[in-house]
Amino acid sequence: MIRFLTHRTLQGIVLILIVSMIGFTVINLAPGGPLSQYAMTPGMSQQDLDRIAHQMGLDRPIPVQYLDWLVNMVSGDWGKSYRDQSPVLDVVWRHMWATLLLMGTSTAIAVALGTLIGVLGALKRYSVFDYMATVGAMIALSIPTFWFGLVAIFFFSLELGWLPAGNMYTVGDQSFSDYAIHLIMPSIVLALVNVAIWSRYMRASTLDVMDQDYVRTARAKGLPRWRIVSAHIVRNALIPMITLAGLQLPTIIGGALVTETVFTWPGLGRLFIDSLGYNDYPVIMGLLMFSAILTVIGNFLADIGVALADPRIRLG
Amino acid sequence: MTDPVLSVRDLRIRFRSGGRETQVVHGVDFDIRGGETLALVGESGSGKSVTSFALMRLLPEAPRCTIEGSVSMGGVNLLELSERRMAQVRGPRIAMIFQEPLTSLNPVHRVGDQIAEAIRFHRKMSKADIRARVIELLTLVGIPDPARRMHAYPGEMSGGMRQRVVIAMALALEPDLLIADEPTTALDVTVQAQILELLRQIQRATNMAMLFITHDFGVVAEIAERVMVMYAGRIVEQGSLADVLSNPRMPYTRGLLASVPRFEDAGLKTGPLGTIEGFVPSPDNLPAGCSFHPRCPHARPGICDGALPELAAHGAGAHLVRCARSDEPAFGAEPAEVS
Ligand SMILES: Nc1ncnc2c1ncn2[C@@H]1O[C@H](COP(=O)(O)OP(=O)(O)OP(=O)(O)O)[C@@H](O)[C@H]1O
Ligand SMILES: [Mg+2]
Repeated sequence: MIRFLTHRTLQGIVLILIVSMIGFTVINLAPGGPLSQYAMTPGMSQQDLDRIAHQMGLDRPIPVQYLDWLVNMVSGDWGKSYRDQSPVLDVVWRHMWATLLLMGTSTAIAVALGTLIGVLGALKRYSVFDYMATVGAMIALSIPTFWFGLVAIFFFSLELGWLPAGNMYTVGDQSFSDYAIHLIMPSIVLALVNVAIWSRYMRASTLDVMDQDYVRTARAKGLPRWRIVSAHIVRNALIPMITLAGLQLPTIIGGALVTETVFTWPGLGRLFIDSLGYNDYPVIMGLLMFSAILTVIGNFLADIGVALADPRIRLG
Repeated sequence: MTDPVLSVRDLRIRFRSGGRETQVVHGVDFDIRGGETLALVGESGSGKSVTSFALMRLLPEAPRCTIEGSVSMGGVNLLELSERRMAQVRGPRIAMIFQEPLTSLNPVHRVGDQIAEAIRFHRKMSKADIRARVIELLTLVGIPDPARRMHAYPGEMSGGMRQRVVIAMALALEPDLLIADEPTTALDVTVQAQILELLRQIQRATNMAMLFITHDFGVVAEIAERVMVMYAGRIVEQGSLADVLSNPRMPYTRGLLASVPRFEDAGLKTGPLGTIEGFVPSPDNLPAGCSFHPRCPHARPGICDGALPELAAHGAGAHLVRCARSDEPAFGAEPAEVS
């Protein structure tokens, strides 16, 4: 186990280093560059620009800049946002909670519903329910999230007036129920695609387990059906899903991007779009790192989860 | 004679896949009595496992598989029971040991828990009593240090040990009938002998009936009182151990016996190689007449490829043979034709 942990940690560090190198290079080679926002200021001469570039260390070779950035990042200084000079780590941290709240709620919905639909579909294969679930998943996957979001806003906010059209809370209210009511629409819209994905994987995994010899053994013991399904089918079918969940953790930022934009949700996805607009490279770089770190953590947690759930892995 | 524990009449099994229906068992009849071991032998694919799964209703559900006929136990046709009532039969009345010891245990549960589970849903017993019973069962099947081994996962055990766990599970409720589907085929010879001995001991102690499936006549001779030979989904010969092993009347049985070295010098006339040429026909393409005639060294055109022979009594006893030529005086003494 110790060897496994060290191995995984080293692997993670290498991955983060590679992502950061690629990210740093791409950002610095991209047209525009960090100076473009200063360049638009009236009365700014090339001399002034050179001076600013020198102050910011931008006239040094890229490898040197990268090493400098890397050393700072490791020591906890992720740079300052070009927009308001606040530390990148603070900016990311502030927006993270909004995203975690949205993603957490929506993932909980997706996993619960997706598992249920997937298992029922597999148990009643080729039934009307299974057929409807299959078609439903295809529809959910083929319609873009922003369209769902806009349609939901149109009906439930504009037409019916039941739910707020956006934002995380009403200024001045911020009670639990206020947060909850703001959460409903974005979390469901965001969950739709994930329910579809999760239920398809769960269905396949369940069908796979149902054909196993040990399920026949469980039936031969005269166990009640609920017990066979829970302890011998679903229990085993969930194991590969842990890996899937781990792979989904880093998609937090990307996954919420559209939803957060449609529902003006103040999370990491919105932050990313805004930072792109401002050429706010330190923040973009910070989000990239954050996402890479989440990837590593996600895989790591998934491996531990699988090991806990599956003695073959744990003891093998 | 006592009433049979289990009576099977005209058992027919069909599978359907992709709109096509294939019948793999074509009307099987047999009885098993308490304390008796009935061996079911036949080549791979002859329908032994499917027949035994049907007795416990472990085959896929209705549209994918149809079971017809009757399987009676204590006057009740098991094929007509609801799934819930059937679950009460599985375990205390009929239990089963499966062909594949490596895959028939759930890899994520401890073996002790899997045995306890077999007891828990049929008997009102305290946790401590169940635990004691699990240890007792593991001791019975010869697993050393059971109080510790009950906490092991299947992956931590050898094939032989896992098969013992499956046996312990099947014996947990002292069933009236134990179906053992090639319980030792996947195991090495010494383990095989131990497990056979174990089953025999338990049977003597509890008067359990046993349906023992195998394709090894060596095992049959050691364990069975009666033998049933299956070919392409039909019983082709049935009788006492002496009838079938010493006086086989169906050429297929002779072929099977001849492939076992120790029966070769029992004075049986068989083909030159002592093996049966060709393969078991595919269930959806059975030959007309006797299913075995294309491979049979004694087959005669006009006799064997016309009507399907009945499973008829041979001699006075309960020796049944499905062969159109079994009563011909010269049959069996003539040299087999080399094809
Ligand atoms: N689930 C199924 N669906 C369709 N056909 C099946 C199914 N299970 C078994 N069969 C077919 O039924 C026939 C009998 O198979 P069965 O497993 O009973 O053979 P067997 O006598 O037990 O052979 P072996 O000695 O290899 O275990 C085979 O032709 C097999 O292909
Ligand atoms: Mg078999």
